[in-house]
Amino acid sequence: MDEGRAQRRGVSPRLWLAGGWLLLALLAAIFAPLVGPQDPLAQDLMLERLPPFWMNGAEPGYWLGTDSLGRDLLSRLIFGGRIAFIVAFSAAIAACLVGSTLGLIAGYFGGWADRIISRVVDVWMAFPPVLFAILLVAVLGTGLSSVILAIAIIDWTRFCRVIRAETMGQSHMDYVENARIAGYGRIGIMLREVLPNVVPSIVALLSLEMGIAVIVEAILSFVNLSISTDDPTWGGIIAEGRLSIHQAWWVLVFPLITLILTVLSFSQFGEALKTRFDPVLR
Amino acid sequence: MSGCLDIRDLSAVLPNGQRVLRSVSLAVQPGEVCALVGESGAGKTMIGKAVLGVLPSSVRIVEGDMRLEGEDLGKLPPKARRTLIGARTALIPQDPLTALNPSRRVGSQMTDRLVRILGWSGERADTRIRQLLDEVQIRDPDRVLKSYPHELSGGMRQRVLIAAAFAAEPRLIVADEPTTALDVTVQKQILRLIVQLQREHGTAILFVTHDLGVVAKISQKVSVLYAGKVVEEAETAALFAAPQHPYTRALMAATPRYTDPFASLKPVDEAVLAGLASEIAAADQAWRRPHG
Repeated sequence: MDEGRAQRRGVSPRLWLAGGWLLLALLAAIFAPLVGPQDPLAQDLMLERLPPFWMNGAEPGYWLGTDSLGRDLLSRLIFGGRIAFIVAFSAAIAACLVGSTLGLIAGYFGGWADRIISRVVDVWMAFPPVLFAILLVAVLGTGLSSVILAIAIIDWTRFCRVIRAETMGQSHMDYVENARIAGYGRIGIMLREVLPNVVPSIVALLSLEMGIAVIVEAILSFVNLSISTDDPTWGGIIAEGRLSIHQAWWVLVFPLITLILTVLSFSQFGEALKTRFDPVLR
Repeated sequence: MSGCLDIRDLSAVLPNGQRVLRSVSLAVQPGEVCALVGESGAGKTMIGKAVLGVLPSSVRIVEGDMRLEGEDLGKLPPKARRTLIGARTALIPQDPLTALNPSRRVGSQMTDRLVRILGWSGERADTRIRQLLDEVQIRDPDRVLKSYPHELSGGMRQRVLIAAAFAAEPRLIVADEPTTALDVTVQKQILRLIVQLQREHGTAILFVTHDLGVVAKISQKVSVLYAGKVVEEAETAALFAAPQHPYTRALMAATPRYTDPFASLKPVDEAVLAGLASEIAAADQAWRRPHG
């Protein structure tokens, strides 16, 4: 029991740091027009490649400097966060709904349902995910909804595999047998007895998947396959920053840090939530 | 004719054709405790699962019938069978930890069954559960009902499961080694509780165990099982006074005695096992002939 408590204490700062960053980034993204210091699209060639605030030649109001077209980097990051979060939430939730449902069915019912679903998952996972994504977006056409759809189509298998395995483990527990003896229907047992026990894993995966969705969206923007090139996206900014790395390193470095912090926070947040949700670990 | 549970010539096979239950016949009268003894792997639990309709999908019943209060379980449509088993039977499981859903509070798990399967009102179910918790000597029902299973001790969990098993007034309870996973000190209390509730409620119990000491204490009738075959069936008193089958005698001789704690444990005699093996082979031969 002491061990459990010590672990819980260890979990807290992780939850707070990760959650804090996500909340900050999320609020900034939601209220972007209010908190963004400049118009993210306004170009001003007089202000090109301004350095961040602590360096010589920085201009007040352009905290993280500007890119080679004189656009304010901080504002672009904040507005890019909007797209990152929209994609993260919708794609992860869509992938989660599809994957968890199929995983639950495969794991609980077994037999031919499991065989079909598992084979589909195997085939699905044989595709390299990033290439698959690029291919899908090329077929679906660029745009926010195609990006979301592409990520959901690719990543539902993550949920499916894990939830299937967990469900199989739970289905052999005595309490499931007890419920069968009591006369519950199969679907009822699946939803009322098994599902609550896999929810912690679903939550952790969901958070992890949000981080992955952020990366995939960045990759797609990087290769210019995400949404229209006008809107700032983290991947797009990174792609532009790469071109001017020798003249203005900050255009590459700040979006990278933002991306890494966000993805890391999502995964840590998920782990911490899992511990919170799990009645045995709690 | 109608006993509480009547099993006649029940045979079950694995996919490879091997018999795991060999023409088992068994009868439990209403309100009677019938013990099912045997070594691990003898098929005791399998019989319990067959009665409750939760055999593993790989095990197939190929012959025989089971009657629960006169209703032929094999002839009922699946749904009616489930309802009948759900209403008339209950299980007291071996491992009280995995038998409770870890992510749901004890109270909701206990009342759920009464409400959703038997259609009781929530209030009636709650009253009933509290009454049963009192019968199993749980003094702080509020705390227990609000707890998650892992917050209770093993003995507490088993009490909860006993209360849950008796709550719907089943006619037959299958107790599958209900004390094996518990501390020796708790085992006795739990056993006493089961017997006490059994008497008060007049429930028949099919008591699966490997412990002859327990058998002697609580059951009126015993079936000794070896390799899925009933080798001896008798009134408990008669069995202990004069065991007929050599295997039963060997099993009794193998029971460790408190009076002589330093004596080495005796396994069942080789000659007895050889005799059993040929007995079973002969039975299988005889069984296969009409079954191809």
